Amino acid sequence: MIFKLINRKLLTLLKVQYSNMLEYRVEIALWAISGIIPFFMLNIWTNNNLNESINISDVMLSRYFLCAFFVRQFSVVWVVFSFEEDSLMGKVSPYLIQPLNPFFRYFAQHLAEQITRFPFALIIAFFFFIFNPESLWIPNLGILLLSIVSTFLSFLIQFLIQSIVACLCFWTEKASSIERLLFIPTLFLSGLLAPVVSFPTYVKSWIYLTPFPYLIDFPANLLSGNETNISGGLSMQILWIFLLFPLFKRIWSEGTKKYTAMGS
Amino acid sequence: MVQNIIDVRNLSKSFDISSKEPGLKGTIKHFFRRQTKSIKVIKDISFEIKEGEIVGFLGANGAGKTTILKMLCGLIYPSEGSILVSGYLPYRRKENFLKNITLIMGQKQQLIWDLPPIESFYLNASIYDLDKFEAKKRIKKLSEMLEIDEELFIPVRKLSLGQRMKSELLAALIHEPNILFLDEPTLGLDINAQRNLRKFLQKYNKETNATICLTSHYMKDITSLCKRVICVHEGAISYDGKLDLLLKKLSPVKEILIVCRSEEEAIKLENSCFTVKNRIKNEITIKIEKNSITSSLKTILNNFDIEDLYINEPPIDEVIGKVLIKKDYDI
Repeated sequence: MIFKLINRKLLTLLKVQYSNMLEYRVEIALWAISGIIPFFMLNIWTNNNLNESINISDVMLSRYFLCAFFVRQFSVVWVVFSFEEDSLMGKVSPYLIQPLNPFFRYFAQHLAEQITRFPFALIIAFFFFIFNPESLWIPNLGILLLSIVSTFLSFLIQFLIQSIVACLCFWTEKASSIERLLFIPTLFLSGLLAPVVSFPTYVKSWIYLTPFPYLIDFPANLLSGNETNISGGLSMQILWIFLLFPLFKRIWSEGTKKYTAMGS
Repeated sequence: MVQNIIDVRNLSKSFDISSKEPGLKGTIKHFFRRQTKSIKVIKDISFEIKEGEIVGFLGANGAGKTTILKMLCGLIYPSEGSILVSGYLPYRRKENFLKNITLIMGQKQQLIWDLPPIESFYLNASIYDLDKFEAKKRIKKLSEMLEIDEELFIPVRKLSLGQRMKSELLAALIHEPNILFLDEPTLGLDINAQRNLRKFLQKYNKETNATICLTSHYMKDITSLCKRVICVHEGAISYDGKLDLLLKKLSPVKEILIVCRSEEEAIKLENSCFTVKNRIKNEITIKIEKNSITSSLKTILNNFDIEDLYINEPPIDEVIGKVLIKKDYDI
């Protein structure tokens, strides 16, 4: 019953946010284009033959970075910035007195944005294959479905991490500066700039204990067909969600007690 | 007997505020050693509001009216004291409580800026668990009451302030709340839009017996909607009672402009026992106590040669203005 209601609310939110996102389709296309860091990294790796040191072929490396691009497109999160602005401008006040946690709005906003992004990401992939025809491959259905699940779990982890940071707005007005601290490890340890396999063994063992490699590296390896521990990766993603969700709930509950409804 | 729907006891609220001295020295000092102090913005207030009542909260800027509304609707936590609204502790924000209330802030909006208001209405309807049929029915009813139609399908950013405010009201009332918290709902609206909004609120209150707590700097909002006012001065209640009693207390006299047939007659009247405000040629303005107005007028008409006379109430803004700067009113 509860799930039915949440689903109905979420579906309506999603529909409304999708209509809203379509108003910004040009902006979203530009955002999609701006996410091509993995292609630059691919260029650096292949031009310097860096892939030889980690025993990955050129083709597999280019597939990895294409998948990293895709995973990034569907897991990018900016809730901390939206919430910070809404909180400082007092826009969050009307949402707080509605019987739905305001984070559902941001969640739907992200999902709607991902749906809007999808065709643009496909176009970019199409051009990628034109320039790299040898990288073209069709993943099997099972792997594709697992990759979609894994990318969604990656999105959930990032959404929860940023939501926790966003809740710090209740204590410090500039929570986004804390998020910037997290941006560095996310960039280097998530697999966006380099596959995690390229790190020294002792560093890798530590990295795999953090949530970062499960954000890009694991889903990208899974989708591209690189060797990866599927059950281990998915379990770690679920474990991180189970750890982060109660933390978010706690911080949210404590934070709303501190809310001063500034700007309203 | 009408029940209390809002019960506030010894309520206080403090905020921690950091202060900074001006200039570079102050900035550096502020960076290394931030000084914060706790300021009590609401001081030990108590009041009750009955079901169906329309109560106006009056006070100068920063007096604490909006903070009281924010605590009543559960947006912010109280520091001390207790609040019970419709049997709930508002700050716990229980679903059933939230379905019973609404907060409308004149300067803030909840409508989605780039979409027509109708999208926000259906979104709110689903948030409040209304099915599509019921939502449609309520949107129709409220849009008729608010006299909006085509505006429902125009993006919010293209609507005028008045049309937007009406749409905000519709979005905030779609779940038919029992208690309305309105923080300066007519802010920035033109005279006609203000009047329409007041008419709508009166009608809504009459039809649904909803309780309305209202703050406004427009005295017309208060006088036409509220029988009872709560005056807030520096976080404390300086008056809680009937508006007409307050007005009587604050302006016990009426001003009467008398046009005499000649200047001599006006001078004669000026030298009589009445309190004269001013005299310009044959026109004289006198002040008469409200409770002796009939007898005084009879005396004037019988003893002086009068061409015309006008009875004026002192401007309401002037009268209420006195409340905003005074600490206590015992009536």
